[in-house]
Amino acid sequence: MARGPGAGYREHMTPVETAGARRRAGVLMTALRALWSARSWRATLHALAGLPLGAGACAVVAGLVVAWLAAVWSLLGGPTGGWVLAVTYLVVAVATPVSLPWCVRAFGALQRARFRAVLGVEIPAPPRVAGGWPLRLVRPWRAPATWRELGYHLLALVVGGAGGALVATCWSSVVVALGYAAGLGSGGPRPGSGLAVTAVALAMLLAAPWVARGVARVDEVAARTLLGPSRGEELALRVESLARSRADVVAAADAERRRIERDLHDGAQQRLVSLAMNLGMARATLTDAPGPARQAIEQAHDEATQALAELRDLVRGLHPAVLDDRGLDAALSGIVARAPLPVRLRVDVATRCSPSIEAVAYFVVSEALANVAKHAGASHAEVTVERTGDRLRVVVADDGRGGAAPAGGGPAAGSGSGLRGLEQRAAAVDGTLTIHSPPGGPTTIAVELPCES
Amino acid sequence: MRVVIAEDSVLLREGLTKLLTAGGFEVAAAVPDADQLLRAVAEHRPDVVVVDVRMPPTHTDEGIQAALVIRRQYPAVAVLVLSQYVEERYATDLLSVQTSGVGYLLKDRVAQVSDFLDALRRVAAGGTALDPEVVAQLLVRRRDDPFDRLTPRELDVLRLMAEGRSNNGIVDALRVSPSAVEKYVSNIFAKLDLSPTDTDHRRVLAVLRFLRN
Repeated sequence: MARGPGAGYREHMTPVETAGARRRAGVLMTALRALWSARSWRATLHALAGLPLGAGACAVVAGLVVAWLAAVWSLLGGPTGGWVLAVTYLVVAVATPVSLPWCVRAFGALQRARFRAVLGVEIPAPPRVAGGWPLRLVRPWRAPATWRELGYHLLALVVGGAGGALVATCWSSVVVALGYAAGLGSGGPRPGSGLAVTAVALAMLLAAPWVARGVARVDEVAARTLLGPSRGEELALRVESLARSRADVVAAADAERRRIERDLHDGAQQRLVSLAMNLGMARATLTDAPGPARQAIEQAHDEATQALAELRDLVRGLHPAVLDDRGLDAALSGIVARAPLPVRLRVDVATRCSPSIEAVAYFVVSEALANVAKHAGASHAEVTVERTGDRLRVVVADDGRGGAAPAGGGPAAGSGSGLRGLEQRAAAVDGTLTIHSPPGGPTTIAVELPCES
Repeated sequence: MRVVIAEDSVLLREGLTKLLTAGGFEVAAAVPDADQLLRAVAEHRPDVVVVDVRMPPTHTDEGIQAALVIRRQYPAVAVLVLSQYVEERYATDLLSVQTSGVGYLLKDRVAQVSDFLDALRRVAAGGTALDPEVVAQLLVRRRDDPFDRLTPRELDVLRLMAEGRSNNGIVDALRVSPSAVEKYVSNIFAKLDLSPTDTDHRRVLAVLRFLRN
């Protein structure tokens, strides 16, 4: 905004006179420059475009309301004309309430497009009304967004209409000023008033950019509040997008694990098998080699075999191929068999869950059993996997010493990080983990997962 | 003995060819996928086929599927399946068609050259060779049936029977006397209610029951 010379200027007139003059020149330059600035012109264009749009929206809304009132009024009063007229009234009475929110939404979209195209202001659309066709006709009336948009259209008549008119007047004052100036030059009748009008017109012209910007600012605030999503809707949209991106991250991590498993299977594992096989052949055929050489071959052979076994455990832990191929039951019997303690396995899953969920369930059992083996001091464990409706319930129970907790610190300290990891993996797919592990045992770890994710 | 090898890794395919040739087998063909395997079997009619589980195009269980086809279409052709991991489910599938002339071993086992060649000969001769890991997995699943009645030692014997060992093999493995093994075996038959009239098949029946039940 143009800033006039302050009180300080008068108090120290003599010493800072030149500075004050410079400041005045600066203010004038700012005011003049505003006339050319793209921002002012955009704001002006915005206000001018808002004029017909606001008026149109109000006219359509008012027209529909009036038409509906008239139709209802005529129906209540008993239609006087023939049956065609009665049917027309009925159609109007039913059709207008359905089309009104649609018109409100359409004009809202147009207004948002105006903000985006002219001002470069992005106003996100409020969430669409969900549901099937018959409901979609009625639901917009219950959506707060519809009412807010209607509010904006009514307000646009004031902000857009009056504001637009004001902006137009300010800019068009240049024509008035020129007209009067021309009148003065040609020796008009009242040079005194002409001069005053010209001065006022010039002042209005200088003010025009700022008026346009102010109107645009007010309009923008109104639009953000009324045309955009409310805080609740914004959060709902955000939650939706977060849930989507989180599911993507989980799926990507899964895919990555599968890829690494495949790469190791096709690469390092094959090569290592080949190496162990060659060493095995050397060991079998070079029986007459000198002692140290034979020992070296034997040692290398044993180590290669050992490395193969370790790599196999690691790779299967990454992502068992049989899980994709045959499902949880087949994959779990593999880890249960490898557990160092007797484990009873019961899997009751009639319809398979999504691959991400199966992977989580698999890792829950794998990690929980590893935990049991390391910390619980149990003699037996039991794994139960059941699907009820859309939920997959995985329970790993043992008869060990208990005291397991995700934070650690109990008698089974050290089991914490594993359980914490389980909790995180379950939570990543909207699952829950509950641990029941009193000191002295027994321990039950239950994980509930949604089957689709 | 003639053998066809199906393995998608060039390195292993060549290694296996070398190993089996050195072991006295005649390698009739070595192919990289299941389709070519079936064609090679039709053409060469080998005594035994050595097949990898994961092969192109889907890299899941092509080898198992091909093995099942071979078992059904050419009952005279024995099949030894090799895999980086052994899965109980695949073993059950393999054994569901026929329990003789079938083997399922971890790929690691090829490193124990003479054991591997023994297993392959056993399979080719109509026997079975199951990886101890497969047997362990099958055992876990079958804990709550008549097998609960078996003592741990009897289960050990049954497990070795399932691996395809003869009584003498079991004697070697468990370091017990032949008469003790015979006693264990007859106990197993009794506890599994296998009548002594079908003497020749009781062993297979016991193993079958054990693997499938």
